[in-house]
Amino acid sequence: MWRRSASFILDRSSNSPPMADTTQNPDAISAYYQTRAAHHGVITSDWLAQAQAAVEQPDSTHSGLGPNKSFNVIDEFNGWRKQPDLAEAVAAIRAMAAVIRASEATTMMELEIELKKASDTLKSWDKTSISLTAGCDLFIRYVTRTSALEYEDFNSAKSRLLERAEKFGEISCKARKIIAMLSQDFIFDGCTILVHGLSRVVLEVLKTAAQNNKLFRVLCTEGRPDGTGVLLSNELSKLDIPVKLLLDSAVAYSMDEVDMVFVGADGVVESGGIINMMGTYQIALVAHSMNKPVYVAAESYKFARLYPLDQKDMAPALRPIEFGVKIPAKVEVERSARDYTPPQYLTLLFTDLGVLSPSVVSDELIQLYL
Amino acid sequence: MESRRNPRAVVDPKVRQVGFFTSSQPDSTHQPDPIASESHPVASSISPSGNSLSPVMIPPPRHNSSDTFLLRAAAAAASAVSPSSFSYSTRRDFPDGSMTASPGRVSRASFSKPSSSLPGVGMDSMAAAKSSSVPASGLTTVSVVNMPPGLSEKESDQKKNSKPLKEKTTKAERRALQEAQRAAKAAAKAEGGKAPLVSSGSVASTNVKAAKPAKPSSQKNDVAVAAPGPSEKKGGQTEKDRKKDAPHPRMQYDDESRVVKAKRRAVVKQTEAKNRVELFRHLPQYEHGTQLPDLETKFFQLDPMHPAVYKVGLQYLSGDISGGNARCIAMLQAFQEVVKDYSTPSEKTLNRDMTAKISSYVSFLIECRPLSVSMGNAIRFVKNRIAKLPITLSESEAKAALQSDIERFINEKIIMADTVIVKHAVTKIRDGDVLLTYGSPTAVEMVLLHAHELKKKFRVLVVDSRPKLEGQLLLRRLIKRGISCTYTHINAVSYIMHEVTKVFLGASSVLSNGTVYSRVGTACVAMVASAFRVPVLVCCEAYKFHERVQLDSICSNELGDPNAISKVHGREDINYLDGLTNNANLQFLNLMYDATPSDYISMIITDYGMVPPTSVPVIVREYQKEHSLV
Repeated sequence: MWRRSASFILDRSSNSPPMADTTQNPDAISAYYQTRAAHHGVITSDWLAQAQAAVEQPDSTHSGLGPNKSFNVIDEFNGWRKQPDLAEAVAAIRAMAAVIRASEATTMMELEIELKKASDTLKSWDKTSISLTAGCDLFIRYVTRTSALEYEDFNSAKSRLLERAEKFGEISCKARKIIAMLSQDFIFDGCTILVHGLSRVVLEVLKTAAQNNKLFRVLCTEGRPDGTGVLLSNELSKLDIPVKLLLDSAVAYSMDEVDMVFVGADGVVESGGIINMMGTYQIALVAHSMNKPVYVAAESYKFARLYPLDQKDMAPALRPIEFGVKIPAKVEVERSARDYTPPQYLTLLFTDLGVLSPSVVSDELIQLYL
Repeated sequence: MESRRNPRAVVDPKVRQVGFFTSSQPDSTHQPDPIASESHPVASSISPSGNSLSPVMIPPPRHNSSDTFLLRAAAAAASAVSPSSFSYSTRRDFPDGSMTASPGRVSRASFSKPSSSLPGVGMDSMAAAKSSSVPASGLTTVSVVNMPPGLSEKESDQKKNSKPLKEKTTKAERRALQEAQRAAKAAAKAEGGKAPLVSSGSVASTNVKAAKPAKPSSQKNDVAVAAPGPSEKKGGQTEKDRKKDAPHPRMQYDDESRVVKAKRRAVVKQTEAKNRVELFRHLPQYEHGTQLPDLETKFFQLDPMHPAVYKVGLQYLSGDISGGNARCIAMLQAFQEVVKDYSTPSEKTLNRDMTAKISSYVSFLIECRPLSVSMGNAIRFVKNRIAKLPITLSESEAKAALQSDIERFINEKIIMADTVIVKHAVTKIRDGDVLLTYGSPTAVEMVLLHAHELKKKFRVLVVDSRPKLEGQLLLRRLIKRGISCTYTHINAVSYIMHEVTKVFLGASSVLSNGTVYSRVGTACVAMVASAFRVPVLVCCEAYKFHERVQLDSICSNELGDPNAISKVHGREDINYLDGLTNNANLQFLNLMYDATPSDYISMIITDYGMVPPTSVPVIVREYQKEHSLV
């Protein structure tokens, strides 16, 4: 809890509030970040245990789909999610598409209810993943809008929904390409780009720039505890882009020679700010104070209807941090995996809807959800 | 509005003339009527682009003789005699034959003072010009409109030829003319005359120059025709009517002539305060406490005024009802009564007559107390609904429809909106929070009570200020429910701000650039909060949003009773300023509202969800879209 007064000592002794309240995952590790860690090739032993537990768990909680249904949306979702190249939201939507395919509903209303249930299950399974929530909401919104149109034939409506779900998967890959294309104008010859975190979109951007024969160099932060810096530098050196690794604490030191900062986003919130890997806020603050532009590359399905007022105003997402040495039990560790960067520190957002300023996010959301 | 005074040379883009001109520029001499130029590009194609004019002949500037043309055009069509010059403007300005639009707008243009109108007003008048609609109210003007346009087509040709015959007038002459017109119009309003268009017929056959003395009378006729009732059904036109019936809601009170004119039509006799702050002379300020007894005696005598509206007006005047939502709901419920008791007089249609009645009631309410933005939006809604009533409905059906519309507005936009706001806002309240609030906003009160019901642990800091001391009412209500509160005055706000985790504020209105227009003192609280990096959340229903933009608290505000500042109730020992209200060296300023810039606001909670202040124009847009479809 964030406290202004010195009474935190008293509070702590009385009743330290539970750090985690996700009931699905008993050890309160964010499934989202586990997946990302998995994608990044960082495997810890308790992650494996978690994965085992997580796969088994949904069967017990999942009772809503009816007795004769052996289909399990969480399984589907997990199956899709394990592909490293697929975004979380897309995996969710593919799972929902599977729900439609397996559904035995005969009216639009019934189908809608089923989908809503599946979406709720997915969302409650991992409360910390913003793009999952956003993706589910988006799809449900689309479904509601489609069902509002009178279709003579239920089957044609169903196939239309399926079609849309399939298309969504393509949109994901295409979105990255569009964003990469849009950002080319901003990368000029001889520029130095600071990158934080391992975002597949940002990687795409840099790849495209390299393919267009632009001369630039990249500074990447180490990105503890995920080790994203090492992975990124691997990728980039394969593309022959000059890379320099920085300690997370060396960002301010190197900010002078940086021309722009490029980050991805786990979620884009209504105020226009972003939720991203821990450390983004810090870098944005330093960049802002030194007048360096901060560019965010995010697909439009990451726009979420959240509005955090401060760092602690989001559902906590925790992840294990290895220090390499044993930490005494009394020592608390800040295990949050992400932070919130307010919109005033961001310059532009590159999305598949175009190059936007942070205040436009709310406009898009209002138009989408009203 | 300003642009209407400066004629624009739409004809020849190379040469633009601004302002009065007397030189003989052949291309641009024929200034298109500034009013019509925006909405009738067709005008430019018709107006002689100068080729047919000899360089020597200069028609008088369009600016005020255009009035003549338009008015006499109306007359001309009626009498079917056509000095071609006049019909030219008929053709130009009323392609759809909606005549009465322009005279009203013309008179508006000549009389309008700068910077006093809502942008909505400006748009409305243009919409009126564009409206192909309904003929005017009186039977007489209907006949004017029904002139076959074919006739005017023919006349337009003749007009071109007779162009060179016009003469130029000097600036002084024109100004004298304008003054004469204004005086005539004031006289016309005073007599509230009928509209014998017969006299306009007599005007029709005269030449330009000779007709100048007749101009006032023809203008008077047209004005008188339009005056008794709204001449157009569209909501846009009602702005004009409101202007005719009442002081414009944002009228500039430092213009003597308009104040005098407004007073003449006033029901409530307000005496203007003598000792006023110079900077705020554009806002109305009256002697408080003088009207109430007077009005109370008149209660049973005021025939045209509905008792429910009268009651609400008195309640505003005495301060019994205050707060945006309360005032709006009271007014709408009074209007529901009006609709219930309404019966269409013979020879009038429900739409127009009802709109006229509503306008007159609104003017009465303005006299009691200037409208808040929420009330203004509600009135626009009501007039819109009246205008949209299908003509085929019977009177009782129409009345029932209107009543249910108003009921629905109250329910959806105010009551249910508040529920949605509460639902969003409680998600932002966490255990251990210290919430600060200022004044007594209804939305915030509901949020706090609901959060308490949800068993959240928080405490409230109520900040209050003189002279209204509204926070004390909020304090009582919170304490009754068992919420632990702290109470302080606004001078201590920087002292306690370090303990605060969130600030919840209410708003009278949120403007298009994200500025929050709210009770005076709100800006102060918001700025201190922002300096301490405390998030500021504004709770405001979407119907209170307005598309205008305000940069400071001065250009539009409300002045309260200066005596409220000078006296402290119950503390006779510190009434040092008692009796000094009329001192020439001392002016009291009791502002009611102030404007908080959007930089100090973290989030606005509306029934459309939680939005950043930059998204207000989007909501205004969505809201208007929703309404035009409804």
